[in-house]
Amino acid sequence: MKVLRFMLQNQTQVRDLTLEHLWLVGVSTILAMLIGIPLGILIAHRTRLNKPVLASANIIQTIPGLALFGFLLPVPWLGARADRLAILALTLYALLPIIRNTYEGIRGVDPAVIEAGKGMGLTESQLLYQVELPLAVSVILSGVRVAVVISVGLATIAAAIGAGGLGEFIYRGLSMVDNRVILSGAIPAALLALLADFGVGWLERRLQPK
Amino acid sequence: MPPHTSTPKIEFVDVSYHVAGTQVLSGFNLQIANGETLVLLGRSGSGKTTTLKLINRLVSPTSGEIRVDGKPQQQIDVIRLRRGIGYVIQEVGLFPHFTVARNVGLVPKIEGWSEDRIQARVQELLQLVGLEGTLASRYPHQLSGGQRQRVGVARALAANPEILLMDEPFGALDPLTRDEVQREFLSLQQQLHKTVVFVTHDLHEALRLGSRIALMEAARLVTVLSPHEFLKSTDPWASAYVRAFGAGLEAAADRGTR
Repeated sequence: MKVLRFMLQNQTQVRDLTLEHLWLVGVSTILAMLIGIPLGILIAHRTRLNKPVLASANIIQTIPGLALFGFLLPVPWLGARADRLAILALTLYALLPIIRNTYEGIRGVDPAVIEAGKGMGLTESQLLYQVELPLAVSVILSGVRVAVVISVGLATIAAAIGAGGLGEFIYRGLSMVDNRVILSGAIPAALLALLADFGVGWLERRLQPK
Repeated sequence: MPPHTSTPKIEFVDVSYHVAGTQVLSGFNLQIANGETLVLLGRSGSGKTTTLKLINRLVSPTSGEIRVDGKPQQQIDVIRLRRGIGYVIQEVGLFPHFTVARNVGLVPKIEGWSEDRIQARVQELLQLVGLEGTLASRYPHQLSGGQRQRVGVARALAANPEILLMDEPFGALDPLTRDEVQREFLSLQQQLHKTVVFVTHDLHEALRLGSRIALMEAARLVTVLSPHEFLKSTDPWASAYVRAFGAGLEAAADRGTR
Protein backbone atom coordinates (compact mmCIF):
# COMPACT_ATOMS: atom_id res chain seq x y z
CA MET A 1 0.00 0.00 0.00
CA LYS A 2 2.86 2.29 0.90
CA VAL A 3 4.30 1.63 -2.54
CA LEU A 4 1.03 2.46 -4.23
CA ARG A 5 0.70 5.70 -2.25
CA PHE A 6 4.25 6.67 -3.18
CA MET A 7 3.55 5.97 -6.84
CA LEU A 8 0.38 8.03 -6.79
CA GLN A 9 2.17 10.91 -5.14
CA ASN A 10 4.80 10.78 -7.87
CA GLN A 11 2.40 10.00 -10.73
CA THR A 12 3.90 12.34 -13.26
CA GLN A 13 7.37 11.05 -12.68
CA VAL A 14 6.26 7.42 -12.89
CA ARG A 15 4.49 8.23 -16.14
CA ASP A 16 7.43 10.11 -17.62
CA LEU A 17 9.93 7.42 -16.75
CA THR A 18 7.63 4.70 -18.09
CA LEU A 19 7.31 6.59 -21.37
CA GLU A 20 11.08 7.05 -21.48
CA HIS A 21 11.49 3.34 -20.85
CA LEU A 22 9.05 2.52 -23.64
CA TRP A 23 10.93 4.85 -25.96
CA LEU A 24 14.25 3.13 -25.29
CA VAL A 25 12.78 -0.35 -25.76
CA GLY A 26 10.59 0.58 -28.73
CA VAL A 27 13.27 2.33 -30.77
CA SER A 28 15.89 -0.32 -30.09
CA THR A 29 13.50 -3.16 -30.95
CA ILE A 30 12.51 -1.53 -34.23
CA LEU A 31 16.18 -0.98 -35.11
CA ALA A 32 17.01 -4.57 -34.20
CA MET A 33 14.18 -5.80 -36.44
CA LEU A 34 15.32 -3.59 -39.31
CA ILE A 35 18.81 -5.06 -39.06
CA GLY A 36 18.09 -8.55 -37.75
CA ILE A 37 15.32 -9.70 -40.08
CA PRO A 38 17.19 -8.95 -43.34
CA LEU A 39 20.32 -10.48 -41.84
CA GLY A 40 18.39 -13.60 -40.84
CA ILE A 41 16.95 -13.86 -44.36
CA LEU A 42 20.42 -13.44 -45.84
CA ILE A 43 22.00 -16.20 -43.78
CA ALA A 44 19.04 -18.53 -44.43
CA HIS A 45 19.75 -18.21 -48.16
CA ARG A 46 23.55 -18.01 -48.04
CA THR A 47 24.16 -20.70 -45.46
CA ARG A 48 27.90 -20.15 -45.58
CA LEU A 49 27.37 -16.88 -43.67
CA ASN A 50 25.24 -18.31 -40.91
CA LYS A 51 28.04 -19.43 -38.59
CA PRO A 52 29.99 -16.12 -38.49
CA VAL A 53 26.84 -13.99 -38.19
CA LEU A 54 25.23 -16.06 -35.45
CA ALA A 55 28.54 -16.34 -33.61
CA SER A 56 29.02 -12.54 -33.64
CA ALA A 57 25.50 -11.96 -32.33
CA ASN A 58 26.17 -14.58 -29.69
CA ILE A 59 29.38 -12.90 -28.53
CA ILE A 60 27.61 -9.55 -28.17
CA GLN A 61 25.03 -11.31 -26.04
CA THR A 62 27.71 -12.51 -23.62
CA ILE A 63 29.07 -9.02 -22.84
CA PRO A 64 27.64 -7.98 -19.46
CA GLY A 65 25.12 -5.16 -19.86
CA LEU A 66 26.80 -2.64 -17.61
CA ALA A 67 30.17 -3.26 -19.27
CA LEU A 68 28.74 -2.70 -22.75
CA PHE A 69 27.26 0.63 -21.68
CA GLY A 70 30.65 1.53 -20.24
CA PHE A 71 32.57 0.51 -23.39
CA LEU A 72 30.37 2.67 -25.58
CA LEU A 73 30.59 5.75 -23.38
CA PRO A 74 33.80 7.18 -24.94
CA VAL A 75 32.50 6.83 -28.55
CA PRO A 76 32.20 10.44 -29.85
CA TRP A 77 28.69 11.04 -31.25
CA LEU A 78 27.15 8.24 -29.23
CA GLY A 79 28.66 9.15 -25.89
CA ALA A 80 27.33 12.67 -26.23
CA ARG A 81 23.81 11.58 -25.33
CA ALA A 82 23.08 8.77 -22.95
CA ASP A 83 19.83 7.70 -24.65
CA ARG A 84 21.58 7.15 -28.00
CA LEU A 85 24.05 4.97 -26.28
CA ALA A 86 21.41 3.01 -24.43
CA ILE A 87 19.44 2.47 -27.63
CA LEU A 88 22.52 1.16 -29.44
CA ALA A 89 23.35 -1.24 -26.62
CA LEU A 90 19.75 -2.51 -26.41
CA THR A 91 19.66 -2.92 -30.20
CA LEU A 92 22.80 -5.05 -30.12
CA TYR A 93 21.33 -7.28 -27.42
CA ALA A 94 18.04 -7.71 -29.28
CA LEU A 95 19.78 -8.84 -32.47
CA LEU A 96 20.51 -12.45 -31.56
CA PRO A 97 16.97 -13.72 -30.92
CA ILE A 98 15.67 -11.87 -33.97
CA ILE A 99 18.39 -13.07 -36.36
CA ARG A 100 18.24 -16.62 -35.05
CA ASN A 101 14.48 -16.93 -35.26
CA THR A 102 14.31 -15.40 -38.73
CA TYR A 103 16.97 -17.85 -39.88
CA GLU A 104 15.22 -20.82 -38.31
CA GLY A 105 11.77 -19.73 -39.43
CA ILE A 106 12.85 -19.59 -43.05
CA ARG A 107 14.95 -22.73 -42.92
CA GLY A 108 11.94 -24.47 -41.40
CA VAL A 109 9.75 -23.97 -44.47
CA ASP A 110 9.02 -27.34 -46.11
CA PRO A 111 11.65 -27.85 -48.87
CA ALA A 112 8.98 -29.36 -51.14
CA VAL A 113 7.07 -26.08 -50.98
CA ILE A 114 10.19 -24.13 -51.95
CA GLU A 115 10.98 -26.53 -54.77
CA ALA A 116 7.43 -26.36 -56.10
CA GLY A 117 7.57 -22.57 -55.94
CA LYS A 118 10.87 -22.40 -57.81
CA GLY A 119 9.65 -24.93 -60.36
CA MET A 120 6.55 -22.81 -61.02
CA GLY A 121 8.78 -19.91 -61.94
CA LEU A 122 8.49 -17.69 -58.88
CA THR A 123 11.32 -15.18 -58.71
CA GLU A 124 13.46 -15.06 -55.58
CA SER A 125 11.56 -12.08 -54.19
CA GLN A 126 8.14 -13.56 -54.99
CA LEU A 127 9.21 -16.70 -53.18
CA LEU A 128 10.41 -14.64 -50.22
CA TYR A 129 7.40 -12.38 -49.81
CA GLN A 130 4.63 -14.76 -50.80
CA VAL A 131 5.92 -18.01 -49.37
CA GLU A 132 8.91 -17.90 -47.04
CA LEU A 133 8.09 -14.85 -44.91
CA PRO A 134 4.38 -15.61 -44.43
CA LEU A 135 5.26 -19.16 -43.37
CA ALA A 136 8.06 -17.99 -41.06
CA VAL A 137 6.29 -15.00 -39.55
CA SER A 138 5.18 -16.59 -36.30
CA VAL A 139 8.67 -17.96 -35.59
CA ILE A 140 10.17 -14.53 -36.36
CA LEU A 141 7.70 -12.81 -34.04
CA SER A 142 8.46 -15.19 -31.22
CA GLY A 143 12.08 -14.04 -31.57
CA VAL A 144 10.91 -10.43 -31.40
CA ARG A 145 8.92 -11.29 -28.29
CA VAL A 146 11.98 -12.69 -26.54
CA ALA A 147 13.98 -9.61 -27.61
CA VAL A 148 11.38 -7.18 -26.22
CA VAL A 149 11.10 -8.93 -22.89
CA ILE A 150 14.89 -8.98 -22.49
CA SER A 151 15.09 -5.30 -23.48
CA VAL A 152 12.50 -4.16 -20.94
CA GLY A 153 14.57 -5.70 -18.17
CA LEU A 154 17.91 -4.61 -19.57
CA ALA A 155 16.77 -1.03 -20.13
CA THR A 156 16.62 -0.52 -16.36
CA ILE A 157 20.43 -0.58 -16.39
CA ALA A 158 20.42 2.36 -18.81
CA ALA A 159 19.72 4.62 -15.84
CA ALA A 160 23.24 3.86 -14.62
CA ILE A 161 24.63 5.97 -17.47
CA GLY A 162 21.90 8.58 -17.12
CA ALA A 163 19.71 7.46 -20.02
CA GLY A 164 16.57 7.58 -17.89
CA GLY A 165 13.78 5.04 -17.83
CA LEU A 166 12.35 3.17 -14.89
CA GLY A 167 15.86 2.24 -13.77
CA GLU A 168 16.09 5.74 -12.27
CA PHE A 169 13.71 4.74 -9.49
CA ILE A 170 15.58 1.52 -8.91
CA TYR A 171 18.98 3.19 -8.59
CA ARG A 172 17.58 6.01 -6.50
CA GLY A 173 15.83 3.53 -4.22
CA LEU A 174 18.99 1.51 -3.86
CA SER A 175 21.02 4.50 -2.74
CA MET A 176 18.24 5.69 -0.45
CA VAL A 177 17.70 2.14 0.86
CA ASP A 178 13.99 2.68 0.26
CA ASN A 179 12.00 -0.27 -1.07
CA ARG A 180 9.06 1.92 -2.05
CA VAL A 181 11.21 3.76 -4.54
CA ILE A 182 12.79 0.58 -5.93
CA LEU A 183 9.38 -1.02 -6.43
CA SER A 184 8.04 2.10 -8.13
CA GLY A 185 10.52 1.32 -10.88
CA ALA A 186 10.43 -2.46 -10.75
CA ILE A 187 6.65 -2.93 -10.79
CA PRO A 188 5.94 -0.83 -13.89
CA ALA A 189 8.92 -2.49 -15.62
CA ALA A 190 7.57 -5.96 -14.86
CA LEU A 191 4.11 -4.91 -16.08
CA LEU A 192 5.63 -3.55 -19.28
CA ALA A 193 7.42 -6.85 -19.88
CA LEU A 194 4.22 -8.82 -19.35
CA LEU A 195 2.26 -6.48 -21.58
CA ALA A 196 4.84 -6.69 -24.38
CA ASP A 197 4.94 -10.48 -24.06
CA PHE A 198 1.18 -10.66 -24.32
CA GLY A 199 0.93 -8.12 -27.14
CA VAL A 200 3.50 -9.68 -29.44
CA GLY A 201 2.19 -13.14 -28.56
CA TRP A 202 -1.26 -12.07 -29.67
CA LEU A 203 0.14 -10.75 -32.97
CA GLU A 204 2.06 -14.00 -33.40
CA ARG A 205 -1.12 -16.06 -33.14
CA ARG A 206 -3.05 -13.70 -35.42
CA LEU A 207 -0.44 -14.00 -38.16
CA GLN A 208 0.12 -17.74 -37.81
CA PRO A 209 -0.45 -19.42 -41.18
CA LYS A 210 -3.52 -21.63 -41.24
CA MET B 1 3.51 -42.44 -81.38
CA PRO B 2 5.36 -39.16 -81.59
CA PRO B 3 3.96 -36.97 -84.33
CA HIS B 4 6.29 -36.25 -87.27
CA THR B 5 7.48 -32.78 -86.33
CA SER B 6 10.99 -31.83 -87.30
CA THR B 7 12.14 -30.31 -84.01
CA PRO B 8 11.73 -32.29 -80.81
CA LYS B 9 9.99 -30.46 -77.96
CA ILE B 10 12.84 -31.24 -75.59
CA GLU B 11 16.29 -32.42 -76.56
CA PHE B 12 19.25 -33.54 -74.46
CA VAL B 13 22.58 -33.32 -76.28
CA ASP B 14 25.52 -35.06 -74.56
CA VAL B 15 24.39 -33.89 -71.17
CA SER B 16 26.46 -34.71 -68.10
CA TYR B 17 25.95 -33.60 -64.56
CA HIS B 18 28.20 -34.24 -61.63
CA VAL B 19 28.16 -32.90 -58.15
CA ALA B 20 30.93 -33.25 -55.56
CA GLY B 21 32.77 -35.80 -57.71
CA THR B 22 29.74 -38.06 -58.18
CA GLN B 23 28.50 -38.73 -61.68
CA VAL B 24 24.73 -38.19 -61.52
CA LEU B 25 24.19 -38.17 -65.24
CA SER B 26 26.63 -38.91 -68.02
CA GLY B 27 26.59 -38.73 -71.80
CA PHE B 28 22.82 -38.35 -71.87
CA ASN B 29 21.14 -38.02 -75.27
CA LEU B 30 17.38 -38.02 -75.65
CA GLN B 31 14.75 -36.45 -77.85
CA ILE B 32 11.23 -35.97 -76.55
CA ALA B 33 8.58 -35.35 -79.18
CA ASN B 34 5.76 -32.86 -78.95
CA GLY B 35 2.66 -34.35 -77.29
CA GLU B 36 4.19 -37.62 -76.12
CA THR B 37 4.34 -39.01 -72.60
CA LEU B 38 7.89 -40.08 -71.99
CA VAL B 39 8.42 -42.12 -68.86
CA LEU B 40 11.81 -42.12 -67.18
CA LEU B 41 12.03 -45.49 -65.49
CA GLY B 42 14.82 -46.57 -63.18
CA ARG B 43 15.71 -47.26 -59.61
CA SER B 44 16.49 -44.72 -56.92
CA GLY B 45 19.71 -42.90 -57.68
CA SER B 46 19.70 -43.73 -61.37
CA GLY B 47 19.42 -40.05 -62.31
CA LYS B 48 15.73 -39.78 -63.23
CA THR B 49 14.88 -36.84 -61.01
CA THR B 50 18.03 -34.97 -62.03
CA THR B 51 17.08 -35.47 -65.68
CA LEU B 52 13.70 -33.92 -64.92
CA LYS B 53 15.17 -30.99 -63.02
CA LEU B 54 17.56 -30.29 -65.86
CA ILE B 55 14.54 -29.55 -68.05
CA ASN B 56 13.21 -26.72 -65.86
CA ARG B 57 16.74 -25.80 -64.81
CA LEU B 58 16.40 -26.49 -61.14
CA VAL B 59 19.83 -27.96 -61.89
CA SER B 60 22.21 -26.84 -64.62
CA PRO B 61 24.23 -29.36 -66.61
CA THR B 62 27.97 -29.66 -66.05
CA SER B 63 28.40 -30.14 -69.78
CA GLY B 64 26.21 -30.58 -72.82
CA GLU B 65 23.08 -28.77 -73.84
CA ILE B 66 19.34 -29.00 -73.34
CA ARG B 67 17.09 -27.52 -75.99
CA VAL B 68 13.44 -26.62 -75.61
CA ASP B 69 11.59 -26.09 -78.90
CA GLY B 70 14.98 -26.30 -80.60
CA LYS B 71 16.31 -23.38 -78.58
CA PRO B 72 19.29 -23.85 -76.28
CA GLN B 73 18.03 -23.47 -72.74
CA GLN B 74 20.62 -20.87 -71.77
CA GLN B 75 19.07 -18.48 -74.27
CA ILE B 76 15.72 -18.59 -72.47
CA ASP B 77 15.12 -16.54 -69.32
CA VAL B 78 14.91 -19.10 -66.53
CA ILE B 79 11.75 -17.62 -64.99
CA ARG B 80 9.99 -17.57 -68.40
CA LEU B 81 11.18 -21.12 -69.06
CA ARG B 82 9.74 -22.38 -65.76
CA ARG B 83 6.41 -20.59 -66.16
CA GLY B 84 5.98 -22.44 -69.44
CA ILE B 85 6.57 -25.80 -67.78
CA GLY B 86 4.20 -27.40 -65.27
CA TYR B 87 5.91 -29.20 -62.41
CA VAL B 88 4.37 -31.83 -60.17
CA ILE B 89 6.30 -33.56 -57.38
CA GLN B 90 5.53 -36.46 -55.08
CA GLU B 91 5.36 -34.28 -51.95
CA VAL B 92 3.06 -31.98 -53.96
CA GLY B 93 4.42 -28.86 -52.22
CA LEU B 94 1.13 -26.96 -52.03
CA PHE B 95 1.48 -23.62 -50.24
CA PRO B 96 -0.02 -24.42 -46.83
CA HIS B 97 -1.06 -20.81 -46.14
CA PHE B 98 -2.97 -20.43 -49.42
CA THR B 99 -6.43 -21.79 -50.21
CA VAL B 100 -6.77 -24.27 -53.07
CA ALA B 101 -7.94 -21.42 -55.30
CA ARG B 102 -4.90 -19.28 -54.51
CA ASN B 103 -2.55 -22.22 -54.97
CA VAL B 104 -3.97 -22.99 -58.40
CA GLY B 105 -4.31 -19.33 -59.38
CA LEU B 106 -0.86 -18.16 -58.28
CA VAL B 107 0.99 -18.30 -61.60
CA PRO B 108 -1.93 -16.78 -63.55
CA LYS B 109 -2.05 -14.00 -60.95
CA ILE B 110 1.67 -13.31 -61.26
CA GLU B 111 1.22 -13.33 -65.01
CA GLY B 112 -1.30 -10.52 -64.56
CA TRP B 113 -4.58 -12.25 -65.39
CA SER B 114 -7.78 -10.51 -64.27
CA GLU B 115 -9.45 -11.78 -61.10
CA ASP B 116 -12.53 -13.04 -63.01
CA ARG B 117 -10.42 -14.95 -65.47
CA ILE B 118 -8.41 -16.55 -62.65
CA GLN B 119 -11.58 -17.62 -60.83
CA ALA B 120 -13.00 -19.14 -63.99
CA ARG B 121 -9.71 -20.91 -64.71
CA VAL B 122 -9.54 -22.33 -61.19
CA GLN B 123 -13.05 -23.76 -61.48
CA GLU B 124 -12.31 -25.18 -64.92
CA LEU B 125 -9.13 -26.86 -63.70
CA LEU B 126 -10.66 -28.32 -60.55
CA GLN B 127 -13.35 -29.88 -62.70
CA LEU B 128 -10.74 -31.15 -65.14
CA VAL B 129 -8.85 -33.01 -62.41
CA GLY B 130 -12.06 -34.40 -60.93
CA LEU B 131 -12.51 -32.17 -57.90
CA GLU B 132 -15.58 -30.36 -56.61
CA GLY B 133 -15.52 -26.61 -57.21
CA THR B 134 -16.44 -26.07 -53.56
CA LEU B 135 -12.96 -27.26 -52.54
CA ALA B 136 -11.57 -23.98 -53.88
CA SER B 137 -11.90 -22.24 -50.51
CA ARG B 138 -10.29 -25.06 -48.50
CA TYR B 139 -6.72 -25.15 -47.24
CA PRO B 140 -4.34 -27.97 -48.24
CA HIS B 141 -4.36 -29.56 -44.77
CA GLN B 142 -8.10 -30.06 -45.08
CA LEU B 143 -7.70 -32.31 -48.14
CA SER B 144 -6.95 -36.01 -48.56
CA GLY B 145 -3.70 -37.16 -50.19
CA GLY B 146 -5.42 -37.89 -53.50
CA GLN B 147 -7.16 -34.51 -53.50
CA ARG B 148 -3.89 -32.74 -52.76
CA GLN B 149 -2.17 -34.48 -55.63
CA ARG B 150 -5.02 -33.49 -57.97
CA VAL B 151 -4.70 -29.88 -56.83
CA GLY B 152 -0.97 -30.16 -57.55
CA VAL B 153 -1.75 -31.24 -61.12
CA ALA B 154 -4.33 -28.44 -61.50
CA ARG B 155 -1.77 -25.90 -60.27
CA ALA B 156 0.82 -27.17 -62.75
CA LEU B 157 -1.68 -26.80 -65.59
CA ALA B 158 -2.90 -23.35 -64.53
CA ALA B 159 -1.07 -21.16 -67.01
CA ASN B 160 -1.59 -23.72 -69.76
CA PRO B 161 2.04 -24.86 -70.17
CA GLU B 162 2.98 -27.01 -73.14
CA ILE B 163 5.30 -29.18 -71.07
CA LEU B 164 4.45 -31.04 -67.88
CA LEU B 165 7.12 -32.57 -65.64
CA MET B 166 5.92 -35.13 -63.13
CA ASP B 167 8.25 -36.61 -60.50
CA GLU B 168 6.67 -39.76 -59.04
CA PRO B 169 3.46 -37.80 -58.59
CA PHE B 170 1.36 -40.80 -57.57
CA GLY B 171 4.04 -42.63 -55.58
CA ALA B 172 2.68 -41.76 -52.13
CA LEU B 173 -0.96 -42.62 -52.86
CA ASP B 174 -2.76 -45.79 -51.81
CA PRO B 175 -3.21 -48.34 -54.64
CA LEU B 176 -6.90 -47.62 -55.25
CA THR B 177 -6.43 -43.85 -55.43
CA ARG B 178 -3.35 -44.35 -57.57
CA ASP B 179 -5.30 -46.47 -60.02
CA GLU B 180 -7.96 -43.77 -60.15
CA VAL B 181 -5.59 -40.88 -60.79
CA GLN B 182 -3.65 -42.88 -63.37
CA ARG B 183 -6.87 -43.45 -65.28
CA GLU B 184 -7.71 -39.76 -64.99
CA PHE B 185 -4.25 -38.84 -66.17
CA LEU B 186 -4.73 -40.92 -69.33
CA SER B 187 -8.06 -39.31 -70.19
CA LEU B 188 -6.67 -35.88 -69.35
CA GLN B 189 -3.72 -36.42 -71.62
CA GLN B 190 -6.06 -37.48 -74.45
CA GLN B 191 -7.75 -34.09 -74.21
CA LEU B 192 -4.71 -31.92 -73.61
CA HIS B 193 -1.80 -33.49 -75.57
CA LYS B 194 0.86 -31.96 -73.37
CA THR B 195 4.45 -33.03 -73.69
CA VAL B 196 4.82 -34.99 -70.48
CA VAL B 197 8.00 -36.27 -68.88
CA PHE B 198 7.07 -38.66 -66.10
CA VAL B 199 9.43 -40.17 -63.54
CA THR B 200 8.61 -43.46 -61.85
CA HIS B 201 10.22 -46.65 -60.61
CA ASP B 202 7.00 -48.58 -61.05
CA LEU B 203 6.97 -50.65 -64.26
CA HIS B 204 3.18 -50.98 -64.17
CA GLU B 205 2.79 -47.23 -64.10
CA ALA B 206 5.39 -46.82 -66.85
CA LEU B 207 3.66 -49.33 -69.15
CA ARG B 208 0.27 -47.87 -68.50
CA LEU B 209 1.01 -44.18 -68.90
CA GLY B 210 3.99 -43.92 -71.21
CA SER B 211 4.01 -43.64 -74.97
CA ARG B 212 7.71 -44.42 -74.64
CA ILE B 213 9.80 -45.63 -71.75
CA ALA B 214 13.35 -44.42 -71.21
CA LEU B 215 15.16 -46.87 -68.95
CA MET B 216 17.92 -45.46 -66.79
CA GLU B 217 20.58 -47.20 -64.76
CA ALA B 218 23.60 -45.81 -62.94
CA ALA B 219 23.55 -42.29 -64.41
CA ARG B 220 23.06 -43.55 -67.96
CA LEU B 221 20.24 -43.96 -70.41
CA VAL B 222 20.04 -47.68 -71.18
CA THR B 223 17.37 -47.75 -73.86
CA VAL B 224 14.17 -46.07 -75.06
CA LEU B 225 11.31 -48.39 -75.99
CA SER B 226 7.55 -48.39 -76.47
CA PRO B 227 5.61 -50.30 -73.78
CA HIS B 228 5.12 -53.32 -76.05
CA GLU B 229 8.73 -53.38 -77.13
CA PHE B 230 9.71 -53.11 -73.49
CA LEU B 231 7.88 -56.29 -72.50
CA LYS B 232 9.54 -58.25 -75.33
CA SER B 233 12.94 -56.64 -75.03
CA THR B 234 16.03 -58.79 -74.71
CA ASP B 235 17.99 -55.92 -73.19
CA PRO B 236 19.35 -57.31 -69.91
CA TRP B 237 18.18 -54.33 -67.81
CA ALA B 238 14.72 -54.19 -69.37
CA SER B 239 14.14 -57.90 -69.00
CA ALA B 240 15.46 -57.74 -65.44
CA TYR B 241 12.73 -55.21 -64.75
CA VAL B 242 10.05 -57.34 -66.34
CA ARG B 243 11.27 -60.37 -64.40
CA ALA B 244 11.40 -58.47 -61.11
CA PHE B 245 7.85 -57.24 -61.46
CA GLY B 246 6.50 -60.49 -62.91
CA ALA B 247 8.17 -62.58 -60.24
CA GLY B 248 7.04 -60.17 -57.57
CA LEU B 249 3.45 -60.52 -58.70
CA GLU B 250 3.58 -64.32 -58.82
CA ALA B 251 5.21 -64.50 -55.41
CA ALA B 252 2.57 -62.20 -54.02
CA ALA B 253 -0.19 -64.33 -55.49
CA ASP B 254 1.44 -67.49 -54.14
CA ARG B 255 1.44 -66.37 -50.55
CA GLY B 256 -0.38 -68.67 -48.24
CA THR B 257 -0.69 -71.46 -50.81
CA ARG B 258 2.79 -72.80 -50.20
